[in-house]
Amino acid sequence: MASTVSQTEVEIKNANGMHMRPAMQFVDTASRFASAVKVSNGKIEVDGKSIMHMAMLAAAAGTKLTIKAEGSDCQQAIDALKDLVEVKLFGEPAWLPKEKAAE
Amino acid sequence: MEIKKGIAVSPGIAIARSLVIDSEDYRIPRRSILPSAKVLEVKRVREAFKSAVAELEEISSGEDISEGKIKDIFAVHLRFLKDKNLRAKVSDLVYNELLTAEYAVSTTLRDIANHFASVQDKYISERATDIYDIEKRLLRHLLGRKREDVGHVNREVVIVAHELSPTQTAGFDRKYIKGFATDAGGRTSHTAIVARSLGIPAVVGLEDVTRNIAPNATVIIDGNRGVVVIDPDEPTIKEYRQHMLEFERLERELDTLRDLDAITRDGVKVELLGNIEFPYEAEMIIDKGGQGIGLYRTEFLYLYSQTEPTEEDHYNAYSEVIKVFGNMPIVIRTMDLGADKFTQSKRFVREPNPFLGLRSIRFCLQNLVLFKTQLRAILRASVDGDVRVMFPLISSLHELRQAKMILRDVMEDLDEDGIEYNPNMPVGIMVETPSAALTASILANECDFFSIGTNDLIQYTLAVDRGNERVSTLYSGADPAVVNLLRSVIHDASKAKISVSICGEMASEPEYIILLLGLGFRIFSLAPPMIPEIKKLVRSVTVEFCNTVARKALMMNSEREIINYLRSATMKVLPEVF
Repeated sequence: MASTVSQTEVEIKNANGMHMRPAMQFVDTASRFASAVKVSNGKIEVDGKSIMHMAMLAAAAGTKLTIKAEGSDCQQAIDALKDLVEVKLFGEPAWLPKEKAAE
Repeated sequence: MEIKKGIAVSPGIAIARSLVIDSEDYRIPRRSILPSAKVLEVKRVREAFKSAVAELEEISSGEDISEGKIKDIFAVHLRFLKDKNLRAKVSDLVYNELLTAEYAVSTTLRDIANHFASVQDKYISERATDIYDIEKRLLRHLLGRKREDVGHVNREVVIVAHELSPTQTAGFDRKYIKGFATDAGGRTSHTAIVARSLGIPAVVGLEDVTRNIAPNATVIIDGNRGVVVIDPDEPTIKEYRQHMLEFERLERELDTLRDLDAITRDGVKVELLGNIEFPYEAEMIIDKGGQGIGLYRTEFLYLYSQTEPTEEDHYNAYSEVIKVFGNMPIVIRTMDLGADKFTQSKRFVREPNPFLGLRSIRFCLQNLVLFKTQLRAILRASVDGDVRVMFPLISSLHELRQAKMILRDVMEDLDEDGIEYNPNMPVGIMVETPSAALTASILANECDFFSIGTNDLIQYTLAVDRGNERVSTLYSGADPAVVNLLRSVIHDASKAKISVSICGEMASEPEYIILLLGLGFRIFSLAPPMIPEIKKLVRSVTVEFCNTVARKALMMNSEREIINYLRSATMKVLPEVF
C-alpha cells in the first residue's frame, strides 16, 4: 500500500487569483479522489473539497498554499492539484509579478 | 415586541399571523424556534437546498445559457448549494442555536459575503454578489411556498408587502385575509382602496415593515390609529382584543341604520351607492344599505386571468351583479387600465410618464377590438337591469364623441345579429381631468351623467402622485383649486340638467361630506363598508348648515385652513367619526 499522506506547496500564479471559478475547478479536481484534501494558507486550514472553504481562503495571485492529501490515492490527488494550480493556471492568464511591482 | 407607525387607510383591528410577500431584497430578522421544532426546521433547510439545486440545474441546462460566463456562474452557485460544509453550517445554527431556517441561511451566507467583501483583491471581493445571489435563491425557496399560497391560503393571515399590485389583490382569498401592512402607499393607493372595499384594516407607508416582520409572526394591525405591532406581548394582545370588541360594537350600531333612508334632518334625500371591483362585493352594498352601484370597476376582468376576457366573461360578471340588484342602478365603467395598473398583455409598453400616457379610454380608443368586446357585453346586459355605461378619463369632447360613436357601431352590430339591448342606456363620463372639469358645460350637452373621480382629479389638478409617499402629503381634496373645480362642475351639470355624483375617495371620507352636500352634491358612491358611517353623518346634518359651511370654505385661501374648518364642522355634528 502506498503512503497514505502526501503534501506539497503551491503558489497561485494566475492573475486573478483563486476566485470562484478556479475554486470550483479545484474542488471538482479534489473531489475526483478518495483522499481527504486539506488546504492551508499558513493561517487557516480548510477542506479542499468544499467550495465555501476554498473560496474563503481568498487566495490572491502570489499566495502560497500547502495542500495535504490523506488516503489511498493521496499522491495522485496532490499531482493533479499541483498541475491545475501551477501548470494549467486554472486555464487563466498568468500573473506577472512585474506588473504588481510597477503599481 | 415592536411598534411601527404608518398611515391608517382602512379602519378596524386585525390580529393574525403574517404572510410576507413579494420582497426581493429579503432582510431576515433573528427569530428563534422551539426546541421541539428543530428537527422539522432542519428538514426545511435540507429541502430548500434540494429545490434550489433542482431549480438551478434546470436553468443552467437551458439552451440560451449553455456556455460562457453565465454558465460558469451557475456552476459555481451549484457547487455552493451542494457543498456539505455550507449546509452543515446552516443546519448547525438551526439545530444548536434554535434559529429559524431563514435566519440561519441569511446569516451564514452574509458572513461569507462579508468575508469576501473585506478581501483586498478586488477580483475576489466582488464575488460577494454571488453569495448574495445564492442567499436570495435559498430564501426564495424557504419563503417561496408561502408566496405562492397567497391565492389559496387556508388560515387567517395579515398580508405584509412592499406594495400590493392590483394583480396580487385580485388573487386574494378574502375569507382569510384579515389586514394589510405595506412599506409604500398613501390614503388612495391601491392597497388602501382594496382594503376599504374588503372592509379590512390596513396601514400603509410603514417604510420598512417587510424587513421587520418575519413570516408567520403574530402581527396586530390597527387601522384606526395607523399602528402595527409586531410580536405583541400578552397584555398588548388583550388590550387590542378589547379594542376589537369595541370596534365591532360600533359597527353593529351602524348596521342598525341599514334600512333607514339617507336623508338630512331637513328632509333632503341623498343617494348612497357603492363602488365595487369584484362581483362578490355587490352583496356587501345591499348589506350595508346602499341603493345601487355608482362605480363598477371592470379592471379585474383583465387582471385576473391569463388571457384577455371574452365577451362571455364580461357578460357573466355583469349578470352576476345585476341579479343581486334587480332594478337598482348599476354604473359600469369601461376598462380603465394603463398607468399604474398593467395587464398581463404585452401591449402595454413601458412609458416614461404613464399617468399622462396611453391609459384608460385612450387605450380603448386605440384598441377597438378589446373595447367593442366590452361594450357589446355591457349592451347585452343592459336589458336585464338598470345598466348605465361610463367612460373614464375623458379629457376632451372629441374623445367623448369617438367613444359614443363606437358604442353606436356596436349597437348596429347587435341589431344585425338580432340581439336585444337597451337603446336608451344612459351614457356618462368620469370627470377626473382638469380639462373635463373646465369644459363640463360643453361635455354635459353630449352625455347623460357625470361622475367625479376625485382621486385622479386631485392628482392631475395638483400635479401630485398620490402613490408617492414623498409628496403624498400635498395631495388633498381640501385644496382651494379642487374645491373650486368641484363647484364649477356641479354648477355646469345642474345647468345642463344632468345628474352628477362623486365616486372618488372623497365621498367616503367623513370630513368632506358636509362640504360636498353644501356644494350641492346629492349622489355619493363609496366603498361599501363606509356607507353606514356616511349615512349616519348625512342623517345628522341639515342642508342649510352644509350650505353655510361650503360658502365659508369657498372663501378660504389655503388647504390647511379649509381642512381644519371642515374637520371641526364635522366634529361638531358627529364627534365619534374621528
